[in-house]
Parts: sequence; structure tokens; C-alpha cells
Amino acid sequence: MGSITLQNVSKTFGEVSVIPSIDLQINDGEFAVFVGPSGCGKSTLLRLIAGLEDVSGGKILIDGVDATDKAPSQRGLAMVFQSYALYPHMSVRSNIGFPLKMAGMDKADIDRKVNDAAKILNLTDYLERKPRNLSGGQRQRVAIGRAIVRSPECFLFDEPLSNLDAALRVNMRLEITQLHQQLKATSIYVTHDQVEAMTMADKIVVLNKGRIEQVGSPLDLYHKPANIFVAGFIGSPKMNLISGAFAAAHNAHTIGVRPEHVTLSTTEGTWKGKVVVAEHLGSDTFLHVDVEGIGHITTRAGGEFTVKHGDTVFITPDPNRIHRFNDKGLAI
Amino acid sequence: MARTVSTQRKIAFTAVAWILAMVIFFPILYTIITSLKTETEAIQGFRLIPSFTLENYVTVQTQRDYFKPFMNSVVISVGSTILALLVAIPSAWAMAFSPTKRTKDILMWMLSTKMMPSVAVLVPIYLIFRDTSLLDTRIGLTIMLMLINLPIVIWMLYTYFREIPGEILEAARMDGASLWGEIVYVLTPMAIPGIASTMLLNIILAWNEAFWTIRLTTTNAAPLTAFIASFSSPQGLFWAKLSAASTLAIAPIVILGWFSQKQLVRGLTFGAVK
Repeated sequence: MGSITLQNVSKTFGEVSVIPSIDLQINDGEFAVFVGPSGCGKSTLLRLIAGLEDVSGGKILIDGVDATDKAPSQRGLAMVFQSYALYPHMSVRSNIGFPLKMAGMDKADIDRKVNDAAKILNLTDYLERKPRNLSGGQRQRVAIGRAIVRSPECFLFDEPLSNLDAALRVNMRLEITQLHQQLKATSIYVTHDQVEAMTMADKIVVLNKGRIEQVGSPLDLYHKPANIFVAGFIGSPKMNLISGAFAAAHNAHTIGVRPEHVTLSTTEGTWKGKVVVAEHLGSDTFLHVDVEGIGHITTRAGGEFTVKHGDTVFITPDPNRIHRFNDKGLAI
Repeated sequence: MARTVSTQRKIAFTAVAWILAMVIFFPILYTIITSLKTETEAIQGFRLIPSFTLENYVTVQTQRDYFKPFMNSVVISVGSTILALLVAIPSAWAMAFSPTKRTKDILMWMLSTKMMPSVAVLVPIYLIFRDTSLLDTRIGLTIMLMLINLPIVIWMLYTYFREIPGEILEAARMDGASLWGEIVYVLTPMAIPGIASTMLLNIILAWNEAFWTIRLTTTNAAPLTAFIASFSSPQGLFWAKLSAASTLAIAPIVILGWFSQKQLVRGLTFGAVK
């Protein structure tokens, strides 16, 4: 129903090549997340799929049909914008009903569908309000309502949660995931937040400088990062990357050790270091340790591991969970 | 302690604001007071309490026809505003939504025409008006006022249109709106407040414009500005009657301004506050 295929898609703005060439397949019903640092081309890629930007080369197939030259309104996609982009002069009801009105649906059908969408999103009590009288989370729901109301082939989300506060973001993340399970429509979600990517995605596409670094399921990327970029980007806190003699001992140019894949002790271990900062989160303790001859190492310990600034700790990496990379940054 | 200081400051600032407002308003107030004096009282020097005579208003009405210049003012200010909007909306629209490298330069160039003193082009304009038989006609004056206010109208509208976020237009496109649907259902409703305050401000500017209206008219198309000026004649100055005429001339626009204060304040601070 709603598969999306990119073939050799490229985009240049004037002289600048933002996306050199991308091939990607997103299957029907999949929740795909484009993730990467700002400026990596993820939003541009989404806008190319939406049709809001024209491709400079290559083809975009939606449901197997070439949509490269179709107008945004002809592609059967719905988009949720970062700024919500609600129509400020329309009530919530008219905002959600707008795509149906544009499709020429009659008023009774529009009302029925808007009411259904409002029920799913808990907006029934707010239907007659204007967007300016809603909270950030409610506005975001209206934007989602406007997207789901006409049952599109595919949803596009452009960093929809980045304007919300942290607590609300976690809530909405959950709601969007549940909504996806309910509607089962293909979704493409753009974010710079790897936690959102890990928690929501069926398939993560890691982008960097307009190129795809790796495509895979969240756990694939976590356990088998293809290169140093993905290794450093996925996982929180970030993976420790160590080069030099310690790496050479593992026959690698660089080795990666995740903060959670070490054993900590106050008495003995492989690496000895001094705690620079101890962050106690209750459930976990993040220790930032200065290790002699290696440098800064971040580790994750249980909440009951109580050390403080200036204490000496010993760190032993789990030998089976060391990631090795060659001099080109690729996983060995 | 800090609290009393801040209260004192508040009182001081409020007092300063009131004094400034009174200073600005005083000429208008004194005009109204003078209009209620007799001619002898009016030239006797500074006095704030008039004898409250309405005689001047009666004289002004009977000596000269108020209705004709009033209608001229209405036609010229409303007409020039509508004409200006017809030209300015599409051009501001184009510059706001598809700007090019030169858009800023064009805008600056338009504004620069306002920096030129009007008197510098008085002779050529007068000759053009004479040769095209536009002197003392409503249509001539309407075109003239439209042209001199056009830069301001375009600037104001440009600033308003720029405030409409591009993402909303993209959302409309994603929602399946055609270009026409986008304009009718999304752009126009969002642009109307801006257009309305631009329109109000322009009507006021045109209503009060005195340089061209006095010089390019004699009797037929003379608006209220020329009506006021006619009371300072070679036969002598009639302060009280002049004041009565002025009061009558500004009354309609003050009333219009009073009812549209909110829009106007937004119009006057255009672009400065969001």
C-alpha cells in the first residue's frame, strides 16, 4: 500500500551538493526514522519525498509508481511539521477537516471523520477552539489529527517533538508509537535525537553529510555499528572511542567501548583513573573518569555505586563487547 | 525598598508619558478651544477658557460649503488607498514569498523616493498635470496620492506578508490545496489584518496630505486641507474660523482613528513587534 523507494536521489542547492546520491527502500507499514546531526540532509530528504523540494536527480517511487514529478498534493502523503504549521484563523475542527475539504468531501462525512480523529487524539473537547488557545502538546495533536484524517499512504514527521518540553516529548513519543501500531501506515520520522530514533523505529537510517551511514533495526545499529560515526551516534551516553596502544593490542586502529559494557571497581581492574564528575541519576550513575594514558572515559554504573569527584576507580572493559574499527573508521 | 523604588519609577514614567502626550495633543486642543472663541477673543492672546460660541461653525458652514471638500477628501483618500492596495498587494506578495537577490535593493529604492522633498518635483508634476488636464480633478489627485504613499504601503504589506510562516503554506500544499485553495483559504485570511491596518494608516496619510492637494486643486477637487487653507486669505487671518474649519476637517479622521486604535497601533509599529 505505502512503500517508498528512493533510486539514486540527489539534491543540490546552487553549487552545494546536499545529498550526493541515495538509494533507500522503506516497506509498507514500516516506521522508518531518519536520524543524524543537524545539517546532515535528513530534513531535505524528507522534503524531497514530500515533494516540497524538487530532486536534482534520481527517482522517487511511492507504492511502486514514479512520483518524482508529482505535486505534493498528488502524492497521497501527509506531513507533520516541526512548528505544527496549524492554520491560525481556523478552529481545531476546520484545521483537522481542511485536507478533506480540499478533497471535496461533503460536510457530513468531514464532520464524522474529524470527530473520529479527535476521539483518537483526545481532542473532542477542543474542537471549537483556535490553535492559539491550545498548549504545545495539544497543537501537536491537532497537527497529527490533520495528518491522519484522510488516511494517507504514508506519514512524514519533521522533528515533530522538538518544540515540546522533555516530559511531554516522552508522552507524545509513546502516543505516536501507539498510533502507528493502530493505523499501521508507513511512517517516516526525522529527528536529531537518537533516543527518539531508538525507541520508535522499526528501521533507522543514519545520515551524515547527505550520505547514508547505515540502515538497520535499532538493536542492529547498537550491537553492530558499521563504522565509527554510527557507533558514536547511537547509544547514550556515547561510546568511548580509544585509539593508540590499547587499540593496537586488539589489532585495531580504534576500539569502541560502550559506557554500560565495563565493570567498575574501587580496588582492581584494567584501567585506573580518577573520577572527574559523578552524575547520580538514582537508577544509574554516570562516571566521567580520567584514565592515565587513555584520556576521558564515560562509564555507566548502577545507582548504588557511590563514588564522588576525585575518587580513584578501576575500569575493566567487557572483552566480548569491544567494537573494533580500522584506520578508515569501518568496523572490523 | 526595591519595590518602592520601582513604584516611584512607574509614577515618574507615567507622569512623563502624560506630559508628553499633552504636549503633543496641545495644538489640537488649542485649535478646538480657539474655534469656540469669537474672532476678537482669538487674537487677544493666550487664553484657555473660550466663550463657547458656535458662531464660527455656523459661519464656516454658510460662507463656504463644507460638504463638497469633505466628499472630495473621502473620495481621494479612499480611492488612492484602494488603488495603492491593488498595486501593492501583488508586488509585496511577490517580494515576500519569492524574494530574489535584488528584493532588498528594490525596497530600499522605493523608500528612497520618500526621502526626496516634494517641492523638488513640484514644477514637473504641475506641468504634467496641466498638459494632461488633471489639474483640479479628483482622479488626478487620487493618482498623485496613490503614488506618493505607495512605497509605505508596499513596505508595510511586505513586512506583514513576511510574518506569514512558509511552513503553513507548505502544510496547505501537503493537505491537497491547489494554488487557488491556498490563496483563498489560507493566505488571504491570514493577510487580512495586515491589509486592514495598512489601509487605515494610508487613509489617514492621504486625508492629511496638504502639499499636493493644495497645489494641484482650486475649487472642484479641493479637499478639506484646501478648505482649511482658504481661511487664511489675503483679506486677513480669521483665527477662530480657521480653527473651526480645522476642527471640522480633522473630526472624521480622528473618529475613524479612535475606532480602529488597535489596528493602527499595530500598523504604526509594523515589523517592530510581533
